[in-house]
Amino acid sequence: MKVALFIPCYVDQFYPAVGLATARVLERFGCQVVFPEEQTCCGQPMANAGFAGEAEPLARRFLDVFRGYEAIVCPSGSCTSMVRNHYHGLVGGDPRYPAVRAATYELCEFLIDVLKIGRVQGRFPKRVGLHQSCHGLRELRLGSGSERNVAAFNKVGLLLQSLEGLQLVSLTRPDECCGFGGTFAVNEEAISCLMGRDRIADHVRAGAEVVTGTDVSCLMHLEGLARRSKTPLAFRHVAEILAEAMGASAAREERP
Amino acid sequence: MTSPGHAVPAARFAANEERAHWHDGALWLVRQKRDRMAGELPEWEELRERAARIKAHTCSRLAEYLEAFEREATSRGAKVHWARDADEHNRIVHGILAERGITRLVKSKSMLTEECHLNPYLIARGIEVVDTDLGERIVQLAGEPPSHIVLPAIHKKKEEIGELFHRTIGTEAGASDPTYLTGAARIHLREKFLAAQAGLTGVNFAVAETGGVVVCTNEGNADMGTSFPPVHIACMGVEKLVPRLEDLSVFIRLLARSATGQPITTYTSHFHGPMAGGELHVVIVDNGRSRLLADEAFRGALACIRCGACMNTCPVFRRSGGHSYGWTIPGPIGSVLAPGRDPAAHYSLPFASSLCGSCDDVCPVKIPLHDHLLERRRQLVAAPARGLLGKRFTMRVARMVLGSRALYELGGRVARLFLRHGPRWLLYGPWNVWGRQRELPPAPVRTFRDAWRTRGTGHG
Repeated sequence: MKVALFIPCYVDQFYPAVGLATARVLERFGCQVVFPEEQTCCGQPMANAGFAGEAEPLARRFLDVFRGYEAIVCPSGSCTSMVRNHYHGLVGGDPRYPAVRAATYELCEFLIDVLKIGRVQGRFPKRVGLHQSCHGLRELRLGSGSERNVAAFNKVGLLLQSLEGLQLVSLTRPDECCGFGGTFAVNEEAISCLMGRDRIADHVRAGAEVVTGTDVSCLMHLEGLARRSKTPLAFRHVAEILAEAMGASAAREERP
Repeated sequence: MTSPGHAVPAARFAANEERAHWHDGALWLVRQKRDRMAGELPEWEELRERAARIKAHTCSRLAEYLEAFEREATSRGAKVHWARDADEHNRIVHGILAERGITRLVKSKSMLTEECHLNPYLIARGIEVVDTDLGERIVQLAGEPPSHIVLPAIHKKKEEIGELFHRTIGTEAGASDPTYLTGAARIHLREKFLAAQAGLTGVNFAVAETGGVVVCTNEGNADMGTSFPPVHIACMGVEKLVPRLEDLSVFIRLLARSATGQPITTYTSHFHGPMAGGELHVVIVDNGRSRLLADEAFRGALACIRCGACMNTCPVFRRSGGHSYGWTIPGPIGSVLAPGRDPAAHYSLPFASSLCGSCDDVCPVKIPLHDHLLERRRQLVAAPARGLLGKRFTMRVARMVLGSRALYELGGRVARLFLRHGPRWLLYGPWNVWGRQRELPPAPVRTFRDAWRTRGTGHG
C-alpha cells in the first residue's frame, strides 16, 4: 500500500527521528512510503487559538498537498484529529475534503484498523508508561477512556504490549491531560506545568523508565519539565519504540 | 468591563502547590466515585444519549412545554411568575415577601439565585437571607461566592471552617472535627428554619405534564425550608423542564451519579401544588436563556443539569479552583456560558482549557463542551477586541510562514540555529514563558525532510 507521510511541522523541525521511525515501521509492514515535500503545517495552532481565518489557507494547502493519496499516515493523534474532526468548519465545502479525510490516519490506528496488525514482532525490555494524549484518546478514540462505560480497548497499548519484554506500568490516572494544550502551555503556564509535573510524578511512582505516547507535543512538554527537574525519565514516541523493537531503527542518530 | 483573566488567579491558586494538590485530590475522589457509579449501570451510555435527546426535544418546543407546565402547576394551586431577567426575578421574589411582610427567608441551594444575585438584593431591603445547604452556609458566612456548583465550599479546609464557625456561630476555638462542626451548624440552622417565614428553593427539574417541580438535596434542607414556613418560592430557569414524569427517571438516575457518585440524592422531593394552608410560587426565569436557545452554535449548552461533573473531571479546574473563573458557574460549562453573556468580561475563560475533552465524556447530557469552548474562541477572536493585536499579528505571521514551504524551511532553520547556538541567558530570557519551568526542545541540525532527502531509496 502506498502511504503518504503526514509529518507535523514540529516533528519535522525538532524530532526528525520520530518521522524516520514512522517511515521505517510502515515500510516494515510492507507499505511504500512517500513524503510529499510541499507539506508544512495542518493549521492546528491557529485553529485551536480560535483563528479560523488564519487556519483556513493552511487547511486548503493540506488538501492541495495530500489529495489523491490512498492513505495518509501521521505520527500524531492531535494533527490527525485536526484533519478529521476540525477541517469541516474550514474546508468542509471543498470537494477534495471527504476523500482526504477518509484517508488520514494516526499511525497506531492505521496499523491496527487498516493493516490489521494485532501483534508486533519485536523486543523492548523496559518498563514503559503510556501517556494517552487527549485528542488521540477522546477525538480519535484510540482507547476507551476512563470516563465512558464502554468495553475497554487501547490501540496503542495493544501494540506496545505485544512487544517482548515491554512492561506497561499502571498509572493512578491513566488518561489525565498533561497540560500541553497548544497555546494553553503558554497562556496558562502555571496550570500547564503543574499538570505536567503531576503526570510525571505518576509515571515515576509507577516505576516507568520510558514514557511514550502518540504525540510528541505532549512528550515535548513533559520532557521539558523532566529535564528541568533532572527527573531520570526517557521520552520516546511510540513509533520510535516500535521501530527500535523491530530492529528497524537506525539507532538514535537523529536524536541529540 | 474587563477581568484580569483566568490565568492570573489560577497561577495564584496553583502557587500553593500543596493546597492545589489537596483540592485536586478531593475532586478527583468525586470523579472516581462517579466512574464507579457510571460503571455499575450497563446502560449508562444509553441513558446519556437518551437524556441528551430529551433535552434537545424539550428545547425544540420549549414554549409549548412552558405553557403546559404553567397550566398544570396553576391547576394544582401554584402561582407561576415569569421573569425576563435577573432584576425582574429579584423584584418578583422581593414582591412576594414584601406583600406578606416577610423578613426572614431560608434558602436551599439554587445556582439561579446566585446568578441573579438575589441574596444581596434582598438583604439590602431588610430581609434576613439564610442559605441552609451546609456548603452554601459556609461560603455565605465567609462572605464568598461558591467555588463549585455542587460543592460550594470545596475550596475550604476543615480547619478554616472551624475558625470561621468559631468567629460566626460560636463554636469552640481550634475545633475542626467535621462531625462537631456539622452538629453546630445543624443547631444554628434549626433555629433559622424554625424562625423562617418563607422558604426558597431552586429547581432541579420541572415536569410539564404534571406541573410539579423536583428538588434534589442530600441534607434535607429543602424539605425543612418548605415544611416549616407556609410560603415556598421555587426559582427555576426555563431550561429545567422535562416533558413527562417518565422522562424524569432518566435524569434522576444520571444526576447524583454524575454529581457526587451516589446512586441517588438522599432527598428527591416532588412539589405538586402548595401544602395545605400554604402557598407555592414558581418563578420561571429567562435571563439570557432564550438568547442561548436561539444561538445554533451553543444551544446544546442549555441541556446542562448542573451536576458539576465537568468541574470534577477538569484538570484545570481541579488545580485552579472555582474562584479563578470569576463567574457564578465555573469550569468548562461556565466557560462556555459566561462569554455568551459578557464577552469582554469573560474573554479568558474559553482559553482556560487544554481542550482535553474529558468534560464531554463525563457530561450526563452529552454537551460537546470542548467543541463549544473552541467555538467560543473562534467567536471571541472574530469579534474586534482589545488586547488581541499582538496575538493577531503573531497568528498572521505564523500563517504566512507556514503557508509557504520556502519561508517555513527558512524560518525553521533560523529558529533551530538560534536554539542551538543562542546563549542560555538569551534563550531563557523573560520573553520565554515556555522556559520558566521547562527546557526547550532539542534543535537538531537536520530536519526530518533533510534526513528524508539524503535517505536514499526508501531505506534509512
